Amino acid sequence: MTTGAVILVLAAFLASAVEAVEALTVVLAVGVTRGWRSSLIGAGTATLALAAMIAALGPTLSLLPIDALRVIVGTLLLIFGLQWLRKAILRAGHYKAFRDEEALYRKELADARAAGRPSRTGMDWYAFTLAFKGVFLEGLEVAFIVLTFGTSQGSIPLAALGAGIAILVVVAVGAMVHQPLSRVPENTMKFAVGLMLAAFGVFWSVEGTGIVWPGADVAILYNLAFLAVISFGMVLVLRRLHERREERQALKSVGVAGRGE
Amino acid sequence: MTYLKNFLLFWYDFIVGDDWIIAAGVVLALVVSALLARREQNAWWVMPLAVVVMLAVSIWRETRKAR
Repeated sequence: MTTGAVILVLAAFLASAVEAVEALTVVLAVGVTRGWRSSLIGAGTATLALAAMIAALGPTLSLLPIDALRVIVGTLLLIFGLQWLRKAILRAGHYKAFRDEEALYRKELADARAAGRPSRTGMDWYAFTLAFKGVFLEGLEVAFIVLTFGTSQGSIPLAALGAGIAILVVVAVGAMVHQPLSRVPENTMKFAVGLMLAAFGVFWSVEGTGIVWPGADVAILYNLAFLAVISFGMVLVLRRLHERREERQALKSVGVAGRGE
Repeated sequence: MTYLKNFLLFWYDFIVGDDWIIAAGVVLALVVSALLARREQNAWWVMPLAVVVMLAVSIWRETRKAR
């Protein structure tokens, strides 16, 4: 293998690994919090849809409006992520019960079953859609990388080899870390997932409008850090407010008991 | 009619969720970002700022309900 070929494989490997890690993050996050079955079916369906699209379109794939896809996927991820984050902040701040989400989810599932809606098979469409979108968008970006790197260096198969190795390595890492992740407390995991979905959502949706993030992909990390600081700040404020409310209620009940004696 | 209503409710619930403020805020912030981008303004800061405001407003509304 020539030096040029090695560099091509390595470049495609590294660029594709970044995209694959982003897809893995979404799938792991959704799998741990919502269950693996629907998440893996979503990821698998996205992979099949991608394969069909690549087979059908081939090199004309680069004509797809990737920015429009980024806006749609990013906006949905951001809305979902912020809803999760909002609930996790309220729970951590003692303004919402810890278990009600699960009860609500069971109720929704039962309602959906009764109405004959898509959850008849026990499928969690929320998890399916999140995993599907994450894998589909990132997979499409991997396909673009393979096409652009491969075309510019004169060998699409070599670029595809680099991308293929990257995906295998990332999937193997994902399979190793999913078990320890399952032991993290539920609200902590939902907090982290909300933060990650929101950070990815902010990044993709804004990038899709044509805006360039300072630091390119590093923007995902500083958005994540920014959202984490803001969210923890909100939790601290809510806890303080909750404590004050409890103190006032305790003082009131002491006053009522004192008058009663 | 009931089927259509259920179908629409399912999608509203699926996408918008518990608080419409967040979905509406995200779309509004995205429109502002896109408009600024058209005017050659690299307004990457609009969305993170909007997210903080949306979260704060949404949480404040929820805590008021709890009082």
